[in-house]
Amino acid sequence: MVNVPWTAKLALRALKANKMRTLLTMLGIIIGVAAVIAMLAVGTGATRKITEQISTMGSNLLIVLPGSTTSGGIRMGAGTQPTLTAGDAQAISTEAPAVDAVAPVLSGTAQVVYGHQNWSTGIVGTTPAMLTVRDWPLAEGRGFTRADVRNATKVCLLGQTVVDNLFGDEDPVGKDIRIQNLPFTVIGVLAVKGQSVMGQDQDDTIMIPLTTAQTKLFGTAFPGMIRIMLVKAKSTGELDNAQTQITDILRQRHHIGPKQDDDFTVRNLTQIMKTAEQSTKIMTLLLGAIASVSLLVGGIGIMNIMLVSITERTREIGIRMAIGAKTWDIRFQFLMEAFIMSMIGGIGGIIIGMSGSAVLSRIAGWPAVVSPFSIFLAFGFSGAVGIFFGFYPAYKASLLNPIDALRYE
Amino acid sequence: MALIEVDKISKTYTLGDVEVNALRGVSLTIGKGEFVSIMGASGSGKSTFMNILGCLDKPTGGRYLLDGVDISGLDRDELAEIRNGKIGFVFQGFNLLPRTQAIENVELPMFYKGVPAAKRTERARAALSMVGLEDRAKHYPNQLSGGQQQRVAIARALVNEAPIILADEPTGNLDTKTSVEIMDLFRHLNAENGITIILVTHEPDIAEWSRRTIRFMDGQLMSDEERTERHG
Repeated sequence: MVNVPWTAKLALRALKANKMRTLLTMLGIIIGVAAVIAMLAVGTGATRKITEQISTMGSNLLIVLPGSTTSGGIRMGAGTQPTLTAGDAQAISTEAPAVDAVAPVLSGTAQVVYGHQNWSTGIVGTTPAMLTVRDWPLAEGRGFTRADVRNATKVCLLGQTVVDNLFGDEDPVGKDIRIQNLPFTVIGVLAVKGQSVMGQDQDDTIMIPLTTAQTKLFGTAFPGMIRIMLVKAKSTGELDNAQTQITDILRQRHHIGPKQDDDFTVRNLTQIMKTAEQSTKIMTLLLGAIASVSLLVGGIGIMNIMLVSITERTREIGIRMAIGAKTWDIRFQFLMEAFIMSMIGGIGGIIIGMSGSAVLSRIAGWPAVVSPFSIFLAFGFSGAVGIFFGFYPAYKASLLNPIDALRYE
Repeated sequence: MALIEVDKISKTYTLGDVEVNALRGVSLTIGKGEFVSIMGASGSGKSTFMNILGCLDKPTGGRYLLDGVDISGLDRDELAEIRNGKIGFVFQGFNLLPRTQAIENVELPMFYKGVPAAKRTERARAALSMVGLEDRAKHYPNQLSGGQQQRVAIARALVNEAPIILADEPTGNLDTKTSVEIMDLFRHLNAENGITIILVTHEPDIAEWSRRTIRFMDGQLMSDEERTERHG
């Protein structure tokens, strides 16, 4: 039979009677909540950025690297032995049921010239499957076709960074550029991808047909040799199957005996990125946990002030008891004061935390995302802190002996 | 049936190793509509007796029936309910809540009783006009004189229509003229509204306003006298 609005009014009046004290007590909660909000915002921002980068890389991605060479007992590391061929890529795309698409890559760096401008960039020789594998749409123009690959035509797709550096505002589609003095026709522009997880500018690239790269640009010692291949599995669940199938096909094609080591490596890139994402999430949690310590300290501040307040107001408690306040009337009154303090503090903290993380992200160029969840969390947490730390003082007040309380000076 | 029936009650405190017998077997009855004063030196047990009568404390021995209800079997909250509905307290130091308007002070017991809002205001106004302070409803205690504050306290004691008013040295902080006004108010409430008034005092001329005086000494009743003529 507790009258909630009336108790809230009483509590507000008591808090207003000691404005400075109330404000200082709330400050503990304000700082705590603001810290939690800001930390979670920074952490969530970082996680979101990584997730975005993972999605720009293409989903369900496996990367196949050639094996390492060993000369005189010195192993040279993955990718040093030219063991992968376009034929391997073809075989995987036709024989592995868990694989959606395979993009073989032969890449190198080359100087690119258009008019008076020149630019040095990465040239990726590949097949039309690349755009599928990397989930990379075109901004304009068309992609190259199987026929382009078969005939080793000199066509190319430009990344946005290359366009910006060579063409400025000019429309590049249909123009001719020179890559290492060979003329190539620009047939399309790749959509903007932004930075990779490693901070590389993914738009600083040119794509050309694989065969063109092999025969005309980067003459290779072995015909059909490629550097790596990117493989897209049919689904996330098929990643492991795809990995096994690729390994089986390549072992068979490379005539590797049962006791011999693979001369290639299959890496699950998505897995690696997910691990990175996971660790950022743990980082976020950690930051939040550290910040919530200050919320805890704020809560102890509330308890402290409530205990002082109850001692000061012993006589008031005695009067209330004498005229009929029951145990829970008294308890509820003081709980309400603690609760209101922490809730107002919580709202203040949310506002400061949000504006703080906005400022932080602007100054540091760090993405900060205040999620509704973190607001909800901070709000709920500060309410809980108020009730938790308000309970003991309220409990103590409710157990006062009315006679002693009335006589208290 | 007597409103208050006290049967051989005793109260023993333990202070460290020493046992203090504040009350030793007090028996008396007070009927509806009586105006009783309780006197005695300090340490005579009158305050302890008053606390027990007011259900702020429970006796360690004996029986106390208030309106037919045995108090000794009740818990904290049940005692609070009895205080709320059956007993109106008036204290020497007024004991109004600071920073709280007169009318809000008067409404306080009704909040704890759960009286609906509209009725609360109406009854609080009625109680204030009974003590002649209807025009001071919105004043805060520090804007009121001692006598006015005590009137607000009396209005608060009346507002739940308690049959008993327990007044502990109600004129102790007031000058003679105001004391007379307050005592006159008590007598009026007793005579016109039939409210039982129990008054603790050590001033004989205040006790003379009552019609029965009970004296305590060493935790026991020393005398219990009825007064036939009324104070003029």
